[in-house]
Amino acid sequence: MWHNLAQLLRYRGLIQSLVARELKARYRGSALGIFWSFGNPLLLLLIYSAIFKYFVPNRDSTVQPYVLFLFCGLLPWTWFAASLNESVGSLIAGGNLIKKVLFPAEVLPIVSVLANMVHFLLGLPILAGFLVYYAYTGPGAAPGTPAIAQVALHPAELIWLPVVILIQLVLTTGLALMLSALTVHFRDVRDILANFLTFWFFATPIIYPVQSVPGLKPLLDLNPLTHLTVSYQEILFYPDNAFGHVYWLLVLGGVSVVVFLAGYWLFDRLRDSFAEVV
Amino acid sequence: MTVKSAIVLDHVTKIYRRFGSRHFATLKSALLRRSILEDLKPSETFCAMNDVSLRVPTGSTFGVIGRNGSGKSTALKLVAGITKPTSGTVTVTGRISALIELGAGFHPEISGRENVFINGIMLGLTKREIERRFDEIVEFSDLADFIDEPVKNYSSGMYMRLGFSVAVHVDPEVLLVDEVLAVGDEAFTHKCLDKFADLKRRRKTILLVTHSLNLVERFCDEAMWLDGGRNEAEGDSKRVVDAYMAKVQLDEERQLATADVRARQDADSAARSQPRAAEAAGPTADVKHLGEGRWGSRVVEISQVGLLDLHGQAAHVFQAGDLMRIHLRVRASRPVDDFVFAVGIFNAEGVCVYGTNTEIEGFRPQSLSGDADVFLYFEALELVEGTYKVDVAVHTRDGVPYDYHRLFYTFRVKSRTKDVGIYRPRHRWEFEGQVSIAPQEPS
Repeated sequence: MWHNLAQLLRYRGLIQSLVARELKARYRGSALGIFWSFGNPLLLLLIYSAIFKYFVPNRDSTVQPYVLFLFCGLLPWTWFAASLNESVGSLIAGGNLIKKVLFPAEVLPIVSVLANMVHFLLGLPILAGFLVYYAYTGPGAAPGTPAIAQVALHPAELIWLPVVILIQLVLTTGLALMLSALTVHFRDVRDILANFLTFWFFATPIIYPVQSVPGLKPLLDLNPLTHLTVSYQEILFYPDNAFGHVYWLLVLGGVSVVVFLAGYWLFDRLRDSFAEVV
Repeated sequence: MTVKSAIVLDHVTKIYRRFGSRHFATLKSALLRRSILEDLKPSETFCAMNDVSLRVPTGSTFGVIGRNGSGKSTALKLVAGITKPTSGTVTVTGRISALIELGAGFHPEISGRENVFINGIMLGLTKREIERRFDEIVEFSDLADFIDEPVKNYSSGMYMRLGFSVAVHVDPEVLLVDEVLAVGDEAFTHKCLDKFADLKRRRKTILLVTHSLNLVERFCDEAMWLDGGRNEAEGDSKRVVDAYMAKVQLDEERQLATADVRARQDADSAARSQPRAAEAAGPTADVKHLGEGRWGSRVVEISQVGLLDLHGQAAHVFQAGDLMRIHLRVRASRPVDDFVFAVGIFNAEGVCVYGTNTEIEGFRPQSLSGDADVFLYFEALELVEGTYKVDVAVHTRDGVPYDYHRLFYTFRVKSRTKDVGIYRPRHRWEFEGQVSIAPQEPS
């Protein structure tokens, strides 16, 4: 296992070109190409802005403007969920490679996770742009609350952002490896996952702030995604410059490494069966 | 060992696990029965490779032959490292490139150019190495005009050509080839063979899995014949091919023989169950009968039919031009003086190749009682390669059958010449004047 893990570094060229291919292939034939990676979150953000401004205004004063709060959680969630959804089928879809070419199978789920990470990273500037825009204009501030007069992005907090992203990457990759390996043997993992992700989405404080459900807090704390989401929200959304969630985040970092190693271990154990079962 | 070996298989056994027949279909049921771990273990096994040892010296070309399902491709996958041996060890020295499935990693949506790069990286090249070889790869594949088209628009031949081209330009020290030469047109196949010859000259090791015995004989230094996962023969390629061919012929012989026996048994039981009906039906209805069958009054019975070769041995496989003798053993249950012996030969499409009888050829029947043997000699089977069926009959001069055996007996004609048609008249070519043409060396 450790040997194979070390081999992964050798495949970085392969992973890199496969991620590039994935992104290219996705937008091949579309007129705007890679700009859809910006366009999609931008349009979604605009739609949500309209909805939460005019149709279902959210009056919770702690999360104004609500659409930005929502997006701070939604963007990373999309990365997480899409990565898992794509990687579970990646070994089966890439069966030809596993069966016919000497090919390191773990590259496939990793590429799924990384390709979605690129989408996520491309969506971040859009979010940042809106954050800055709202910070200076403050149109979303509800009456009676102090208008968000300052930029919510503090350098002291922002340096944590790469750490959060890294932890999410490690956690997602671990789960992706585990699930993709299991899917080879149990095809229903894919369907179970799709449904479970819906549940997971609502079990994560993305559309509601974690403070709004104090009774459920112990349960939510068990959800690793809670800590990722709260971290993103604290760094990107809440205006104070103290990153209070840092201890939870570091614990989660440890957990992610364990999940990754467990996922890789399982993958490695089942590796030899892939070429025969896929 | 003074000669270095590029590929060494040491007592390799590969047991495939058959997950397909396991008892659970879903994760749910596995969870309910708490048997995931047991179920992940295989329930049934299939031995695809049984204690095979092999040494391929560096720089040699090695052929692997055998029937479908004999373990050839498993051998290749083991050497390529795609699957691991259940026991034994596989050692390969040098960079491998496997032509197992061409263009396996191509992505249909992106261009040929990009696919060349990604495929090359998959096969272990760096970006710079591919850049250096790119023009050569494209030129070899003859796809310069299409290289920027998405691969999904390629024809299957173009797809294969590009895949082949990338794989051979990886500059492997060990090249594994699995029956991929059949993909291109004639010209491309020649190009591939030239490329192989080039690699061979440069002392690269080639492991070739193929059904083309010609190719093995012509190209390989040594060969191995696998049968049912066992190493049946190994050594000089010509000898191995000959041994394999002999076995194939023997198997065909045996197969045809059992088919014959079965057909005869079927006919006997059919005749026994409705003897009257068969008799009543008479020849007019039955002549048009398309399938196998047996009918007749059995006053004279054909008790045994044999196809015999030159040495009088029963045979089912003949070389074109061989002597064949058809032997009928007949038994008359009462003396008769009105009888005709008849034989017809049909090809696989049911076309009558030749038919004759003693009446047509002017024999006058006089008496037949008890046992008798009838022989019909074909001095030379002037037929093209194929499977042929034989009708034999004894009937009256008016055509009322005593015993008619329709298409029961099968023989095969084999030929090294792949000529077409049914009949091969004895022939030869002559050339005069301003023509230069040489006989192809026997391959």
